[in-house]
Amino acid sequence: MTNHYIDFRNADVILNMGSNVAENHPVSFKWVQAAKDKGAIFIHVDPRFTRTSAKADIFVRLRSGTDIAFLGGMVKYILDNNLYDEFYVKNYTDASFIVSPRYSFDDGLFSGYNPSLRAYDPTFWALEKDEKGIAKRDMTLQDPRCVFQLLKKHYSRYSFEKVTEITGTPADDLERVYKVYASTGPPDKAGTVLYAMGWTQHTVGVQNIRAMTMIQVLLSNMGIAGGGINALRGESNVQGSTDQGLLFHIIPGYLPAPRAQWATLADYNKTTPASKDPRSINWWKNRPKYLASLLKSMFGENAKKENDFGYEWLPKLDSDQDASWLNLFDEMYKGTFSGFFAWGMNPACSSAHAGKAREAMGKLDWLVNVNVFDNETGSFWKGPGMDPKQIKTEVFQLPAAAFLEKEGSISNSGRWMQWRYKAVNPPGDAKSDGHIMYELFNAVRALYQKEGGAFPAPILSLKWDYETNGHFDIHRVAKEINGYFVEDILEHPVDKKAYKKGTLVPNFVYLLDDGRTSCGNWLYSASYTEAGNMAARRKKTDPTGLGLYPEWSWCWPLNRRIIYNRASVDLDGNPRDPKRPLLTWDSAGKRWVGDVPDNAVPPMGTEGAYPFIMKPDGVASLFGPGLKDGPFPEHYEPLECPIEKNLMSNQRINPVVKIFEGGPDKFLTCDPRYPFVCSTYRVTEHWQTGVLTRWLPWLIEAEPQMFCEMSLELAKLREIKNGDRVVVSSPRGKVEAVAIVTSRLKPFNIAGQTIHQIGIPWHFGWLHPKDGGESANLLTPTIGDPNTMIPESKAFMANVAKLTKQPAKKSAKS
Amino acid sequence: MAIKITRRVFLQVSGATAAGAVVSGLGFDLSPVEVYAQELRIKGAKETTTVCCFCSVGCGIIVHTDAKGKVINAEGDPDHPISEGALCAKGAASYQIAVNSNRLQKIRYRAPYSTAWKEVSWEWALDRIAANIKKSRDASFTGTNADGKVINRTKGIASVGSAALDNEECWLYQTFLRSLGLVYIEHQARI
Repeated sequence: MTNHYIDFRNADVILNMGSNVAENHPVSFKWVQAAKDKGAIFIHVDPRFTRTSAKADIFVRLRSGTDIAFLGGMVKYILDNNLYDEFYVKNYTDASFIVSPRYSFDDGLFSGYNPSLRAYDPTFWALEKDEKGIAKRDMTLQDPRCVFQLLKKHYSRYSFEKVTEITGTPADDLERVYKVYASTGPPDKAGTVLYAMGWTQHTVGVQNIRAMTMIQVLLSNMGIAGGGINALRGESNVQGSTDQGLLFHIIPGYLPAPRAQWATLADYNKTTPASKDPRSINWWKNRPKYLASLLKSMFGENAKKENDFGYEWLPKLDSDQDASWLNLFDEMYKGTFSGFFAWGMNPACSSAHAGKAREAMGKLDWLVNVNVFDNETGSFWKGPGMDPKQIKTEVFQLPAAAFLEKEGSISNSGRWMQWRYKAVNPPGDAKSDGHIMYELFNAVRALYQKEGGAFPAPILSLKWDYETNGHFDIHRVAKEINGYFVEDILEHPVDKKAYKKGTLVPNFVYLLDDGRTSCGNWLYSASYTEAGNMAARRKKTDPTGLGLYPEWSWCWPLNRRIIYNRASVDLDGNPRDPKRPLLTWDSAGKRWVGDVPDNAVPPMGTEGAYPFIMKPDGVASLFGPGLKDGPFPEHYEPLECPIEKNLMSNQRINPVVKIFEGGPDKFLTCDPRYPFVCSTYRVTEHWQTGVLTRWLPWLIEAEPQMFCEMSLELAKLREIKNGDRVVVSSPRGKVEAVAIVTSRLKPFNIAGQTIHQIGIPWHFGWLHPKDGGESANLLTPTIGDPNTMIPESKAFMANVAKLTKQPAKKSAKS
Repeated sequence: MAIKITRRVFLQVSGATAAGAVVSGLGFDLSPVEVYAQELRIKGAKETTTVCCFCSVGCGIIVHTDAKGKVINAEGDPDHPISEGALCAKGAASYQIAVNSNRLQKIRYRAPYSTAWKEVSWEWALDRIAANIKKSRDASFTGTNADGKVINRTKGIASVGSAALDNEECWLYQTFLRSLGLVYIEHQARI
């Protein structure tokens, strides 16, 4: 999130799209309600009527997988009716930038497409620079090659008629949403958007979010209280785990993972983002300091200037390698791996195309599964269709402490890093995950010390001293992440002050690229300083009255509660929204008052800088030349869809998605055997694969088994009654479920054709409870967004049929 | 006359009391009883603050433990500025994570082609896993790729997990995996 949960209350209009906030993030809904109580309008857009819809002022349906058409229509509406914030668009976005004449768009394809590679050459979409290397601009926004005019042209095709045809949303409904949301264009109006996997789990996932972000900048809703682009993430620390680099493509703090073409630290640092524009802060220019400090944290005294601080010891990806989830399981299926960790995860149920993942695990020599409860991954070898006597995989299942049995921090979606204390010891032999990994590495290191082996240097050189009095100590890790001065500094370049070796750095501004500082993750620097553990703070001051609570916990970066907050002020540093002043320039004191400023430079009207400091040009990008599937979001159908032709162009699907072919990967579109659009989703009472919640008696009593929601019309068509046992199938597999026949779902009229949609939760698995049903992911396809490779679990094709043999009904008495 | 009140009836009635009725359906005011009953449950208990383990809202939870160190209650933290004492069904059930006979309490090992788990010690398990890591790593470690570029990579091991770990554990885990040379490092954020 750019903003945070309490900030929902500051909005005039809240759009919830691609999520079901009332059911899946229930407590946060109090802040939606708080906004409503003050007169805000709450809009829900979803294929299905949910408890969120029940609380919405406006509820509108759309066919799953058509969000870009819906939002593209909104962009057109805003531009056609001049509802954008002209000051903001001119000063804080790239609307005035001039794009290369090589850029073009024709019939669903941007220029630079190579059909044999299924990839674009993004140099076709470059921005033009002047002789000083600064972006060329036309502040009148009239140049036919400026971003604003190209944007207008691109979305001129998204007429009400066309959008209705694609989405199935009546034009009146579209107009109601567009009109209300576009009312947040004036600077004293705030509109916010809450989304979740309903936007990400598509082959156009990134572009779904980009489309909305473009709307947010057109309406000056970024960097303000009550605005922003706000992902409601699904796990308590999925923000933190991403920040800490538990993904193939990033190391802690969103630094790119090293690749083969960057052999040395100097090669890596050559790719540091640069800007020639003196008004662009381009914060990423500091990246070399963050990498040098990270390497010092990892390798301690063994990281020296002479050895590139141990950069050589980090593994390198091949130049264009994608080692993301779907590829990982594809490689495992092919037998590439002998060993596998499923640590705090249950991929046997959570992986798209879970049947393939389960089969793949049988090709491993060994699997380590660390969890709080038994699960379908640790026990895959005795699951349905498996013959243990044929499965070679050696499996270790290690008992972990639960969250209330250990100490440490987690980061919520609003980037609040909150400290958790230990209430009780873990049961039996269970230990905290940190403790287990600490001891496991010690065992590995002992073996390499004793026996030698392949390239032992990184293992033998790792700094691994996170213990106090012989016991693993999480505080030592927390401090390592914050960072230390690792040498005495007589005069620090930032403030000319002296700092002692072994003291904690105050924040990432103090990090250096010469090996004199360490820092495990620059974004978390300032979280655990000489002043103490900031994440553990519980003081409830609220000086702005906006609910920022700057002394409750801590948030990255630098305790800044709303990112890009200088976009909320005018060129003189005055708040553009006097009702919700997030920042104000105190010209006498020469300082900002309010939130922690992003960044502390003076206002733009004086010697200041552009507000979007993480973007190389300093402004928000309406034009996105860095994405694999084009600089503007364009509607494409899901890989599996119910219509033969994309009504927008002759490109049916996203032209750059990777197609997994052969083996167990089957896809069928417009196939009469699988005629219905299917989405997976969650219920309030369960979480993820149910790995925790299926074991909690109160919750499993409330939601005991797999079900399938369908409309009255579809039930009639398939002769299914509410409560019947049905089988839901896709080209990948099938699951049994109880039918819920409901008016919450309704058929769509898509270009004159009736399209039915069904929905299934993904919380169940064969292991427990015994009659709870199987994982919805047995049905989902191996296909991902080309930028993120997040699977398309929200729109695939399926069938539903009544089971011929219905179980005997229990008598009412029992 | 003794009125037999089952727990379910009591909760229904006390729920009505909480909703505003001073005199309950039983003909007398139950609210002092309710307050007393609540006090009894957590009387003398130690309070520990934590944050819910489920979704990403980050609601505050207070865990009550008795003198023997057993969890006896978990409820919303009224001081928490986001949740203000509220919890959803999942958060409210988090007590049952700690008090649950189905928790994994032993280290379990399943040998190749075996049909059953067996219990092993930490020492045995960690030594054997370490030996497996070393064997896989040594067999698959690759110094340079087909283009002759240095990659220093372990091709034979992959990892998934976890957004369920604390920040400090996530950082430690990626450090551990990258020192071994893994690049197939993924977790819930990707799905």
